[in-house]
Amino acid sequence: MHNALFHISKRRELPWYSAWGIRGAAIVLALVVCAIVTALATGLNPLAVYGTMFQGAFGTTRRVWILLQNLAILLCISLAVTPAFKMRFWNIGAEGQVLIGGLATAACMILLGGKLPNGLLILIMLLAAVAAGAVWAMIPAIFKARWNTNETLFTLMMNYVATQLVAFFVIVWESPKGSGKIGIINQNTEAGWLPQLAGQKYLLNIVVVAVLTVAMYVYLNYTKHGYEISVVGESERTARYVGVKVGRVIIRTLCLSGAVCGIAGLLLVGGTDHTVTTSIADGRGFTAVMVSWLAKFNPIGMVFASFLIVFLGRGASEISTIYGLNHSFGDILTGIILFFIIGSEFFITYRLSFRKKEV
Amino acid sequence: MGNKVAAVQMRDITKSFGTVKANDKVWLDIYRGEILALLGENGSGKTTLMNMLSGIYFPDGGQIFVDGKEVTIGSPRDAFDLGIGMIHQHFKLVEVLTAAENIVLGLREKGRLNMAAVERKVREICETYGFDVDPGQKVYDMSVSQKQTVEIVKVLYRGADILILDEPTAVLTPQETDKLFAVLRNMRDSGKAVVIITHKMHEVEELSDRVAVLRQGRFVGDMATKDTNAQEMTNMMVGHAVSLNISRPEPEDPRPRIEVKGLTVRSIDGIVKLDDVSFTARSGEILGVAGISGCGQKELLEAIAGLQPTERGSISYINDDGSREELLGKDPLSILEMGVSLSFVPEDRLGMGLVGNMDMTGNMMLRSYRRGKGPFLDRRFPLHRAEWVRQELDVNTPGLTTPVRRLSGGNVQKVLVGREIASAPTVLLTAYAVRGLDIGASYTIYDMINLQKAKGVAVIYVGEDLDVLLELSDRILVLCGGKVSGIVDGRSATKREVGMMMTKLGGGRSA
Repeated sequence: MHNALFHISKRRELPWYSAWGIRGAAIVLALVVCAIVTALATGLNPLAVYGTMFQGAFGTTRRVWILLQNLAILLCISLAVTPAFKMRFWNIGAEGQVLIGGLATAACMILLGGKLPNGLLILIMLLAAVAAGAVWAMIPAIFKARWNTNETLFTLMMNYVATQLVAFFVIVWESPKGSGKIGIINQNTEAGWLPQLAGQKYLLNIVVVAVLTVAMYVYLNYTKHGYEISVVGESERTARYVGVKVGRVIIRTLCLSGAVCGIAGLLLVGGTDHTVTTSIADGRGFTAVMVSWLAKFNPIGMVFASFLIVFLGRGASEISTIYGLNHSFGDILTGIILFFIIGSEFFITYRLSFRKKEV
Repeated sequence: MGNKVAAVQMRDITKSFGTVKANDKVWLDIYRGEILALLGENGSGKTTLMNMLSGIYFPDGGQIFVDGKEVTIGSPRDAFDLGIGMIHQHFKLVEVLTAAENIVLGLREKGRLNMAAVERKVREICETYGFDVDPGQKVYDMSVSQKQTVEIVKVLYRGADILILDEPTAVLTPQETDKLFAVLRNMRDSGKAVVIITHKMHEVEELSDRVAVLRQGRFVGDMATKDTNAQEMTNMMVGHAVSLNISRPEPEDPRPRIEVKGLTVRSIDGIVKLDDVSFTARSGEILGVAGISGCGQKELLEAIAGLQPTERGSISYINDDGSREELLGKDPLSILEMGVSLSFVPEDRLGMGLVGNMDMTGNMMLRSYRRGKGPFLDRRFPLHRAEWVRQELDVNTPGLTTPVRRLSGGNVQKVLVGREIASAPTVLLTAYAVRGLDIGASYTIYDMINLQKAKGVAVIYVGEDLDVLLELSDRILVLCGGKVSGIVDGRSATKREVGMMMTKLGGGRSA
């Protein structure tokens, strides 16, 4: 008979400081492993590499603003997918919902720019982006509610449709002709450009997303709708038993999810890029899924999770430029760190007990 | 018995979960050629103790001896190597595989897998003990009792001669239970050690040779079954004297409250579940519903509660002033909005009645979250209600913020029943309200139901224990294959009579 070295048991509850202690320890461990990998693979001084990463994220005021802008957009999309995930509706179509929101924004800017007062134009852009995102998410939701179709495949497919639509309109509106892109929209008039707060290009986006974060936190935790979402997510049968109209909740929640994605598209096109391409979402519709899970669907936790991911991304690209390393090396470090952070959740949920020598 | 060597000796076994001591220095001896009933209330540590024997949990302290030799059981495989096999309350079978495939699953035998040989061996085991299993049948085609049989054969196939069964009769009909008991006796007579975990007194008396009692994780005592009686065992389990009588006051001013006429229900596959069912449930009265499992009890309650699509018929709710309201075709929300206060304790507590991951307050909120204007939740009302239920029903929970799935079965049921009666219903539907509950908790539930009856609530009580149905109900509606087999008076009917009606329409008289 062999003696198992350890066994795994579920923890009951862990005080918050122990949980954060475990997470902190995981990050320290991750940095140690990254240091070893860096030293072995590149022969560089790991501390210098870390320093460069930090520089890449925070080195100049401009870099800080870019970090915050990227953080805001990623957080915005993460907030958007969260109600759906909390309801166990696997919305991986955020990418397409952002794109279609951005496309709607660009369409308003191009078609209405200069014909309407700027305030009114921005209002119309907002409505168009929200509506476009909402419709894009609602289509799979209606099919799910009515015929119980698989939402994972459906939302994924909607991404491709959105990408192709954007590609099509890029050609329709291309400027200058033959360039294959739209270029900066209304460069001279700045019609439909979202206003700059305090002269800072990115501040408005950051403020909007901060407000959305608080709103989403309140919506999920303190409203009747938020409660219905939790119940449907936990058990559809329980929801039906207490008279919740499950189909209606699914459609309503996805409408919200898509609308917030639409806002992300608006912020990207109207706020910062002032143009639309097929790559404005830049995979963040998928990264957001990870952020949402990492933060266990808590909007406040998502602030930290998105910060972590954006920081790692910015830092990784900086070290690849400075040291002339392949960009993949930065991704390796990012991967190691995420592995440790996600792995630490196991030790928060479970306990390993090592067997003592029996007398 | 004293001169026999115990097959298993457990000494000073201790196991804690967090701060709760599930087992505290428990001693237990198991002998071959004997059926031992392990008796105790919910949460008394019976299942935990046996899980340590079968390698699912590892004890924090203590020793286990098998045939006099100290052993370490670190995994279910270790347990199998020692000939210990456990049949769990929740079956662990792969639905899409056949019985034989499930039986050999996980065995690491050398050489090619020879299914024909496996099936032959399975048939041999079945013949030896009188099982009725077709090795080639897919598990999804099987009834609950057949699945259980597969679990037992699986354990025997692996050569177990110490069998542990965790509440094996909880899901069986009386007939199936008799069959199981016959098999268990065969096993005992062939020299195997059998342990059954239960809290049904009459099963202990009928089946076991010896009984061991646990209370709150401690070993209270053991004795030969023939030297004790139900009252003594109950007192040992609970720790003080309990009365084993269910009171049945005369209904006060019973008036028709729910009138069901010609109700017909088909399942999604088109099978008739209820066929032209008609009856009346009266206020201040308990209407028991008896029937073999799957005879339409679930569909009946769910149809009244607005959860089951129906084909034909009517369900009228009759107000005190005699005015009627039709419930058929309404969903639970519209029934609530009509002002009909209908409470429903469904069979599937954590899958339907409650949300396991939410705490007591969150679960109280299921019924009350729509209260108040505006988009925000009123948390104070459900919090008060949770406190009330906890106090009134004596729910044993670490706190109101503990997810209800962490509570024991009895306490989960108290939370559910508590919430359903807290809204002062006029109709109370209950499905298997005491299934899996221990004596103490069951009697609490009976008292609560009786209290509702005294308040003038029309109670429809679907039960499986005929003894209880006959003691509790004023009238009993007997279903047989989705049809009404008859309605009998609870005070004068006999168990035999109701049993006949369950298996044959009208008890065979009118057939």
